[in-house]
Amino acid sequence: MIIPCPLCGTRDQREFTVRGHAVGLDRPEGEVWSDDWHSFIHLRENPAGRTAELWYHGGGCGAWLVVDRDTVTHEVYGARLASEGRA
Amino acid sequence: MRLDGKGQVDRGTPVRFHFNGQGFSGFRGDTVASALMANGVKLVGRSFKYHRPRGIMTAGSEEPNALIQVGTGDAMLPNVRATMQEIYPGLETRSQNHVGPLNMDLLSVNDLFSPWLGAGFYYKTFMWPRAFWEKVYEPAIRRAAGLGRMTRKASPEESERAFGFCDVLVIGGGPAGLMAALTAARSGADVILAEEGAALGGRLLSDGESIDGMPAEIWVAETVAALRETGRVRIMTRTTVTGAYDGLTFGAVERVSTHLPHDPDLPRECFWRIRASQAVLAAGALERPIAFPNNDRPGIMLASAIRTYLNRYGVTPGEKVAIFATNDDAHHTAVELIEAGVEVSAVIDPRDDVQAIGDYPLHAGAEVIGSHGRQGLKSIEVRRGDETFIVAADCLGLSGGWNPTLHLTCHQGARPVWNPTIHAFVPLENAIEGLHPAGACRGTFDTAGCLGEGVEVAALALRALGKRIRKPDLPVADDHSGATSALWAVEAKGRAWLDFANDVTTKDVKQAAREGFASVEHMKRYTTQGMAPDQGKSSNIGALAVLADTTGRGIPDTGTTTYRPPYTPVALGTWGAGARGKGFAPQRFTTSHKAVTTRGAPMIEAGLWYRPSYLPQPGETHWRQSCDREVNMVRNAVGIVDVSTLGKIEIIGPDAGAFLDFLYTNTFSTLKPGRVRYGLMLREDGHVMDDGTTACLAPDHYVMTTTTAFAGPVMAHMDFVAQALRPDLDVRFTSVTEQWAQFSVAGPLALHLLNAVLDDPISDETFPFMQCGAVKVHGIDGRLFRISFSGEHAYEVAVPAAYGDALYRDLVARAESLGGGAYGMEALNVLRLEKGFITHAEIHGRVTAFDIGMQGMMSKKKDFIGKAAATRPGLLDENRERLVGMKPVGPVKELLAGAHLYEADAEPSRVNDIGYITSAGYSPTLGHVIALGFVNNGPTRVGHHIKMVDGLRGVTTEVEICDPVFFDPDGGRARG
Amino acid sequence: MARLTARTAFDGLLPITAGDLRLEEVTHDRITWVSPLKGQMAKVSRALDKAVGADFPSPNTHAKGVVWFGPDQALVLGKSVEPMNGAAMVDQTSAWACCALDGSEAAEVLARLVPIDLRDKSFGVGAAARTMLGHMNCVLMRTGKTRYEIMVFRSMAETLVHEVERAMKMTTARHSLTP
Repeated sequence: MIIPCPLCGTRDQREFTVRGHAVGLDRPEGEVWSDDWHSFIHLRENPAGRTAELWYHGGGCGAWLVVDRDTVTHEVYGARLASEGRA
Repeated sequence: MRLDGKGQVDRGTPVRFHFNGQGFSGFRGDTVASALMANGVKLVGRSFKYHRPRGIMTAGSEEPNALIQVGTGDAMLPNVRATMQEIYPGLETRSQNHVGPLNMDLLSVNDLFSPWLGAGFYYKTFMWPRAFWEKVYEPAIRRAAGLGRMTRKASPEESERAFGFCDVLVIGGGPAGLMAALTAARSGADVILAEEGAALGGRLLSDGESIDGMPAEIWVAETVAALRETGRVRIMTRTTVTGAYDGLTFGAVERVSTHLPHDPDLPRECFWRIRASQAVLAAGALERPIAFPNNDRPGIMLASAIRTYLNRYGVTPGEKVAIFATNDDAHHTAVELIEAGVEVSAVIDPRDDVQAIGDYPLHAGAEVIGSHGRQGLKSIEVRRGDETFIVAADCLGLSGGWNPTLHLTCHQGARPVWNPTIHAFVPLENAIEGLHPAGACRGTFDTAGCLGEGVEVAALALRALGKRIRKPDLPVADDHSGATSALWAVEAKGRAWLDFANDVTTKDVKQAAREGFASVEHMKRYTTQGMAPDQGKSSNIGALAVLADTTGRGIPDTGTTTYRPPYTPVALGTWGAGARGKGFAPQRFTTSHKAVTTRGAPMIEAGLWYRPSYLPQPGETHWRQSCDREVNMVRNAVGIVDVSTLGKIEIIGPDAGAFLDFLYTNTFSTLKPGRVRYGLMLREDGHVMDDGTTACLAPDHYVMTTTTAFAGPVMAHMDFVAQALRPDLDVRFTSVTEQWAQFSVAGPLALHLLNAVLDDPISDETFPFMQCGAVKVHGIDGRLFRISFSGEHAYEVAVPAAYGDALYRDLVARAESLGGGAYGMEALNVLRLEKGFITHAEIHGRVTAFDIGMQGMMSKKKDFIGKAAATRPGLLDENRERLVGMKPVGPVKELLAGAHLYEADAEPSRVNDIGYITSAGYSPTLGHVIALGFVNNGPTRVGHHIKMVDGLRGVTTEVEICDPVFFDPDGGRARG
Repeated sequence: MARLTARTAFDGLLPITAGDLRLEEVTHDRITWVSPLKGQMAKVSRALDKAVGADFPSPNTHAKGVVWFGPDQALVLGKSVEPMNGAAMVDQTSAWACCALDGSEAAEVLARLVPIDLRDKSFGVGAAARTMLGHMNCVLMRTGKTRYEIMVFRSMAETLVHEVERAMKMTTARHSLTP
């Protein structure tokens, strides 16, 4: 898989590690356990198809990316910096 | 037999090599197959299951029969195709898969049992009695099975890997590939041209054609010169593109030096990862044999292979050759043999209306239904209508048509499409975006068509790249591909082979269908069709055609099995090239590495780091002696240990304190400059991630330490928190792990020692426990932290790594003069155990702050990572396994990490399990073994006696639960 | 008072040669990590220009000893820079093992080790990359037609030499092969 790091350009997957769905950006408000927290930590969609995932360019610039890709075709549609927020 | 005036081998350079210990002579440019053929050797191996005598069947990488071992000793490599291995002086080769000499293989007795060894026999035969499997059946099968032998030692021959990039990758150097590469290069694209063979040209080198009025090999040479002239083409011969992966990334194996005597500096092979912007597949086509009874005899081969041996190597595989073919192309082989002076005893063509195109006996409307000759073909049996007759032949060329080499187009999951006109599968349109098939691999079999498609397909690729297209002139070439009909298997009595390598016959395929394994994927696995090293390149399509015929479903509905990489077998040493030793994992050495290894310290790995286990003194014969001495030394004098491997992260910015507050359970924004605080970090799920100290160097400026093991993960975590969760915070951080060499100076004499190296002495008053600050160490700017992982009065002193070696040696020398010295990881571990300090043995990933008694460190005043989850009732349950200390109280004095704990009178069973030991060691300070571990509701059970059982090592110990802090519980030694 | 002797990262390991390829240590008097705080990029870039004559580098570039190091991060190599307002700065002089690979086939050697496109059009003189050399994080800079500078963690100096030396030997040995 080739991932287009917005800073470094297209790079081989070996430079990256994956963290899972981009829902990881939606940390709930509040310091008390709630259904929101439960779904944030434990519940993940597992789509066959297009999805947004968090990837870490640890073998490169150290940026966290939101990668828009297809889990079936492995096509990567694009990537943006996680620091730019969810949408 | 070698023919005068034919072939492209270098007749001026004879080459001697060995096959099965016997010396043979060939010429430079020969393969083992062509050289053996020139020497009249027909029998080159034994089949996998029945140990049938086998000869050379092909002239390429699809060879199913002629698998040999190459090389000697640990460099020996099995399953090399004799058709691909070029000869060189001193080459040693051996045939495979026989017990005793090749010509009288003892296991050929299997062939007599063949009625019982059909499809699925493994599953049926070795079922009973059950107990026999492990002791009898499996060892016997393992001895008999497997192709070739290995020494189980690392080969002294190394391969390499490389990354390649190009605008256009052209796969295959035949007519289509050459024209594609030329078009792309002249249009300004960077091109990689990968050709599996030793020379460019593909079938042009084999077929004796002419192009633009000149012999094809001359045209090839001129075209190659034109390619080189562009300066844009990397020509890679002996390179097989083995896989098409995501994003137009291709795997390719370059056989760098397999055609040369061993040179230790040359890689044997190179595994390339080639990323192309566009790719052209010009991989050609593979001829398919025809199944008829006893079609596996040495001397029976592909008609196209005969032509390759004739034209490329100047060798004829027989003196009296017959051809059995369903197509016009194979008739040309007969003509060329005759022109070369070889007798053609018959051409057998099942088509009724076919005409001879040369002076050879043609049997139209006929089929071959049998063969004779024990270890080499003597004659064939031909049937025409009701008549059968014998034709003398020592070689039979088979041609059942051609299968486009479309494998790479299917590596992303696409299925090929059946083309009824050419009776073959062709690539699915746009199977992989950006990979454009051209020529024979997409079913275009005439030379003119291949040349033209090479240009057109390159133009497609160039258009996608946005290049201006400059087409070269099309050369004039033969535009006849000839008619073909389909004949997969002749109906006749006897075993007719499909998969020669794995001994699968038409009978096996039919039986599979009868027994319900009628899907092509089931049939494959039941019969092992296509599962040998050749992966059924010449037989899979035939086998599915026979299956389609048996089930009546037709070929398109039956479909193919899945094409997966690699296209040809890749040696494990080539996949893993460069991944030995330092190439497998980098070695990280501290600045004290030389000093401690010089002292004979055995090193242990801590992640990628190497740290001294202990530093033996003369006379010490057991690690425990060294360890005990080092512990006592720290408790009574002073010890030095390198702690540079701990992660160090410098954090700067107006929101640095807020950032730390969010990362840690406890508060850091209140930490004053010059002070150090211990911190606990949770994962978002409420479990402990890491711990360590963080020092405040100045307002808005901190340095955090992590454990050695978690330096990387903590850095990634901090990057995530800063970038993804809290981009609002104005904070910057970077690792300084490598910048500072940091040494712990621990023991009652630590202050005394330290003041000898500091430019400005310190005291308990100016530098109390948990103080930090800038210092000068022998004039060098350093940092000092008064922290302790041993429980002693201790400091960690840091200098830039350039001075690490010098400072370590200086500190150790001074410590030794004070009755102390260097200590290693074993002693460090005992010292921290005595104090009940945790490591990742305890915070192993499913432990909470509550479990280790640190729930008080979870601030109620602020949010932090893991806060919400850590408050879940289940994570605060009194009955959880919680941290305790342990000591033996019965006659058995052993405590072992990993052992489990039970009530004193309970059965040691899973349901009775109440905990486990995480760390254990002998405490010379206390005079007995101590341990840390987790016990249900442990802290409330101090003083209770329970039982440790180590099932693996067979140890049962009576244990008393105690406080995890065994030594100096009020911490006076570290503070005072 | 004792004097502490400084050792360079490749002490006793470099230089090495193979054919016309040479791998030698590069020593910098100072390496400073610079990262502008929020909203301070323009100011820090100006200060940097004044100090060393180069703006804050854009991603994947280096100039005058200032190399891009990651999001809003740069390393200043060689010159010592005074603290700049609005920038987080950290001394990294000892942290890096820095070396230069020079020779007509330097790019071929690196192609054995580094997974990025090193063709002139994507990695010309002045280009820099945070990438991996084998399994090691590295900073790679092209400083000349045939010259590249490589930086890895100091602790990995021995592994770096082992990896590059092996690739240098194998690349050179390929000269014995006819094209």
